[in-house]
Amino acid sequence: MADWITPKSEAGIGDAVREAAAAGTGLRLSGGGTRAGIGQAIDAPGRLSLAGHAGIELYEPGSLTVVVKSGTPLKTVTDALDAEGQMLAFEPMDHRGLFGTNGEPTVGGMVAANVSGPRRVRAGACRDFLLGVRFVDGTGRVLKNGGRVMKNVTGLDLSKLMCGAHGTLGVLTEVSLKVLPKPETARTLAFEGLNPGAAVDLFCAALRTPYEVSGAAFVGDTAYLRIEGFEIQVAHRAARLSDLFKDRDISGVEGVAHERLWADIRDVRHFADPGTALWRLSVKPTDAAAIAGDVADRLGSSVSLDWGGGLVWCAIGEGQHDQAEIVRAAVARRGGHATLVRGSADRRRGEAVFQPQADAVAALSGRLKATFDPHDVLNPGLMGY
Amino acid sequence: MSTIAMPPPDAGILARKADIVAALAEAIGAGDVISEEVETRAYECDALTAYRCPPLAVALPRNTQGVAAVMRVCHELGVPVVPRGAGTSLSGGSLPTADCVLLGTSRLRDVLEIDYDNRFIRLQTGVTNLSVSETVDGDGFFYAPDPSSQLACAIAGNIAMNSGGAHCLKYGVTTNNLLGVRMVLSTGEIVELGGPQMDSGGLDLLGLICGSEGQLAIVTEATLRILPKPEGARPVMIGYDDAEVAGQCVADIIKSGVLPVAIEYMDRPCIEVVENFAKAGYPMCEALLIVEVEGSQAEIADQLAKITAIAEALDPVELKVSASATESALIWKGRKSAFGAMGQINDYMCLDGTVPVSALPFTLKRIGELSAEHGLKVANVFHAGDGNMHPLILFDANRPGDLEKAEVLGADILRTCVEVGGCLTGEHGVGIEKRDLMVDQYAPEDLEMQMQVKDVFDPHWLLNPAKVFPLQASTGRRDIAA
Repeated sequence: MADWITPKSEAGIGDAVREAAAAGTGLRLSGGGTRAGIGQAIDAPGRLSLAGHAGIELYEPGSLTVVVKSGTPLKTVTDALDAEGQMLAFEPMDHRGLFGTNGEPTVGGMVAANVSGPRRVRAGACRDFLLGVRFVDGTGRVLKNGGRVMKNVTGLDLSKLMCGAHGTLGVLTEVSLKVLPKPETARTLAFEGLNPGAAVDLFCAALRTPYEVSGAAFVGDTAYLRIEGFEIQVAHRAARLSDLFKDRDISGVEGVAHERLWADIRDVRHFADPGTALWRLSVKPTDAAAIAGDVADRLGSSVSLDWGGGLVWCAIGEGQHDQAEIVRAAVARRGGHATLVRGSADRRRGEAVFQPQADAVAALSGRLKATFDPHDVLNPGLMGY
Repeated sequence: MSTIAMPPPDAGILARKADIVAALAEAIGAGDVISEEVETRAYECDALTAYRCPPLAVALPRNTQGVAAVMRVCHELGVPVVPRGAGTSLSGGSLPTADCVLLGTSRLRDVLEIDYDNRFIRLQTGVTNLSVSETVDGDGFFYAPDPSSQLACAIAGNIAMNSGGAHCLKYGVTTNNLLGVRMVLSTGEIVELGGPQMDSGGLDLLGLICGSEGQLAIVTEATLRILPKPEGARPVMIGYDDAEVAGQCVADIIKSGVLPVAIEYMDRPCIEVVENFAKAGYPMCEALLIVEVEGSQAEIADQLAKITAIAEALDPVELKVSASATESALIWKGRKSAFGAMGQINDYMCLDGTVPVSALPFTLKRIGELSAEHGLKVANVFHAGDGNMHPLILFDANRPGDLEKAEVLGADILRTCVEVGGCLTGEHGVGIEKRDLMVDQYAPEDLEMQMQVKDVFDPHWLLNPAKVFPLQASTGRRDIAA
């Protein structure tokens, strides 16, 4: 296996890519390596680490913006934000528990994989907070798109395209993110003894109120509704939601237990067992229970929900065959898409990790890949192309 | 004579007008095609009225298939297509060329699906922005992006320009509220992206399409996120005699952890005109902030108490919390009528650029200096919370040379936005207005990358020609296409 190349500068990253392009050597990109299990298994001989390209370039709390080099450990950023009472509102998930990895997640890896968490249901995803990027394309050109101000990207929004492209279109070197104030306090209402269908009904009722529910997840047999804000807001909203569901048993979660609860939901700790393949389904919330039921009937899967039912996690025994066909057929009947997040290398080689796309969309994606990375050197094959 | 050039029309296309019109009529029916010169004139401009050019023909299809049929005809015959929503673009985003088919969305007016459990609405994109909120209002929902032109502007144009509005500090702009689209490529091929689910698989093509100013595809249907209406909302007016202090107040509010739904800013020239027009009870001062918060009565009182404490520490000349729905409406009436009020006393050019919030005071000072240098008055009314500026340059359209002078001043102001770390646009897009300024924000290779992405979607460069990219930079591509 080749050694990791770890450039210390954007120019160095450009040089590394240019050399790889000239030699036709595929590069596996890495930040902290904590999410290396995501994507189609690939055999790129080159290794490019962004970990040497780190640091916060600019942080203006009054402008709600932070500009960071891509190899910066996420913790460096969240600590800096925390000191000013601010946060990344999309609550990025930490994949270390799922993959049993040990490194430090980086900002670049988070953006490349468009990693969000429970607050996505209210606040939006990582891509919604991405204001601009600098990146190196597959020919070694250093490019920029967007900027560091809120509102729209001038011209075509290539930043969105880079977010969630898993490094297949460019090597992120710098990202600008919008940040938000941290809530003063938070509280969760827990409803035990539910099945997925009942949980989704509860979520739909709660999410159409004005009480700004910022987390709506279902784990085990318990549905959780999170409320955040100033003390007076949290008290008011918790009371109103309790009124709305007054015929049910409700328990409250607060303080340290509350933080722990949502960190666990965010990181899908309940499916940390490496003996299962883990699928992530993005569906219309009211379809979640039926889709989860279809999959469970065939594959004996365990299920949890997030985003008010819009995100379904299915843990399926590694021994179960035809997972991709069965999961995707269940999703196809109603709409949405399914991604294999954790699976054996064999499974990630043999089955489509990402949802196969309609021909026209696949053709556009393929042409974009060829445009950004004409020599096919950036994480080649990781997204199925 | 104005200063933004458009390419000369293709004489070959002009000569084939009869054939092109006949092919369009066959594709979607003669009733949905306009070709008489007295009628095409109605489409000669958008809200950037200094630039006018009637299109070769106008097509007004009634559904996605109709749009695809028009695109197939134009693709086959090599005719440029200029998409148009409601024609309210301030940057000339739907300015026709003489050799184009103008493709209007005005007959795409159906709401297709409303789903409150999953919190989305699916509709044809000719639906106006305000009517989306009106459609779901009775059930306690609203659509968040609220551009000033919301009574008239169409969702198609909102998606093309990634429109915002006063309330996007809290709710984001169009791209943050768009879940899916049905769109037609320049070949006529129909493509679906996203849907009611919260994220789309694969590359974020939806994010790329939103804000692409009609360069990549024509969006015919959209799935939009709708939100439950807040329990209530109330504004506070805060006046300062120093722009810098007002800027400080904005930053302090944001830093405090309160996230107002809107922070609007007006400077003295604007306040004077607006107050005269709307009698909103605005104080005469250098800088007026309108800060609005949402929630229950108690929540509102709590947040307003935090905000007024911050504001008072900076010694305002006026601080008035709205005490009733009537007062709130009056405060907003002034702000919302700013453009109209300005238009009654003057011709004006409305700019749109964004700067870091921290750079607001400096930018305002610099605008004042540039205004003096160029001898044209500038009034400022804008969304301060996210740094989205709308300088209004006042000029006399009947005085020869004044428009050109205003355009030069406008370009200087937008360059200033870029210099302080901001960008050329906020929510109006690039269009033709800022096309040639793109070189001030982007290096040639950055623009080349964007143009390569257009190549992927529109290899013959038929969609919305001579917009977004500097005319010089796109010349080679458009010539090859022709």
